[in-house]
Amino acid sequence: MTCDEANILLHALIDGELDAGHARDVEAHIATCPSCAAELAAYRQMREAMAKTDLRFKAPESLRQRIDAALPKPAAKPAAAPSNVTPLASRRSVLRGFAMGSGLSALAATGLIAVVLRNGDQQLIESEIVSAHLRSLQPGHLIDVVSTDQHTVKPWFNGKLDVSPPVIDLTAQGFTLIGGRLDYVDARAIGAVVYKRRAHVINLFVAQTSSTARKPAKIETIQGFNIRRWSDRGMNFWAVSDIGADELAEFGEKFEAAAQVNKEG
Amino acid sequence: MPVNTEDEADRAQRFREAALPHLDDVYTLARYLLRDATDAEDAVQECYLRALKHFDTYRGPAMKPWLFAILRNVCRAEYARRASAPSTAIDDSSEGAEQTPMWHEEQQTPEAELLRERDASVIRRLVDALAEPFKETFVLREINNLSYREIADAVGAPVGTVMSRLARARAMLRSAWLAEQEQVK
Repeated sequence: MTCDEANILLHALIDGELDAGHARDVEAHIATCPSCAAELAAYRQMREAMAKTDLRFKAPESLRQRIDAALPKPAAKPAAAPSNVTPLASRRSVLRGFAMGSGLSALAATGLIAVVLRNGDQQLIESEIVSAHLRSLQPGHLIDVVSTDQHTVKPWFNGKLDVSPPVIDLTAQGFTLIGGRLDYVDARAIGAVVYKRRAHVINLFVAQTSSTARKPAKIETIQGFNIRRWSDRGMNFWAVSDIGADELAEFGEKFEAAAQVNKEG
Repeated sequence: MPVNTEDEADRAQRFREAALPHLDDVYTLARYLLRDATDAEDAVQECYLRALKHFDTYRGPAMKPWLFAILRNVCRAEYARRASAPSTAIDDSSEGAEQTPMWHEEQQTPEAELLRERDASVIRRLVDALAEPFKETFVLREINNLSYREIADAVGAPVGTVMSRLARARAMLRSAWLAEQEQVK
């Protein structure tokens, strides 16, 4: 590990956000590097000082009342409203519903992207996949590990995910591997392997699934992006791009064929 | 699939229970983003009204990052308004760098001083002076106590970006702190 890497990761270490493997790596570096050790100590002290200080603001009571008054009152509700669940139970079921989704709706609500939510988790996830794809296209967001070498990209995912995404170089087939990224979909970490076809980016999202059944590919279009989805050996795959459905199908087929060869080879 | 129609007041009540407990958090972020108590109040109120409107499409995972994402949008509109307003620039804070430092202890190493320093207003001022998007990331982490994942949700950036912004933010705050020290001496 270099000092530059350690200088970023030590913050995640302080915040308890590193998995055991990376925490070990950072600590190992710090044990041999006095300057990084000093950095860590300084930031820990700064953090302690901050923790002892109340930096929060308390909302004025008048604001609370203003907002409360602006919300429709339960008293306005017709008395005859039929209800066969207790309020608590219904609230719980709603909260359970919350737990299934993710920041997608926040993005939708804030108008960053217009998403039409359709029924079914699968479509919800695919909408999120498209959101993740869109986010990745913003400057500086596309790639965490930059490499056209599958033997660099694949090990990079180690310890970051509960699955090891197959990283396959398809340059010879016309799809250039350009790197990998950690992304979040449906409130879970998900691996994204990034390819390029001419000027177009293809994000291949890979997530673990409990089902090991092989599911044949399906192509859908959401918000103008094509998504090719398939499952194989306990992993779900979503390839997303703005390239045409035929080219995306070609990508998926080449990837699956290469994965098949890797498995047998 | 049958559409689940819901009584407006029921919905508002669920929203109250889910969203109002986070009022202090939302207000705190608004104060740091807007640096003005009145503007912050207006932004928070607008945020809650917008959130109620979109409550039907809310799917979690957590209420706080969702509210923060909405608040950020409200604040962005406020920035735009200020930018077009003639007299009020965003950084016209009365607590500029030229202001007298608020504590006067000497002969301390910076870290020891950090440890001893308890004056919230000084730290608030230094946090306030951080540039965006670093300030926002810093406040969400250190003051609103969000996880990296939740910050990523709220600001719509990957966790890797959050991590590097936070590292930058802390480095900036630390050198601002050290600079204060120099000024005092």
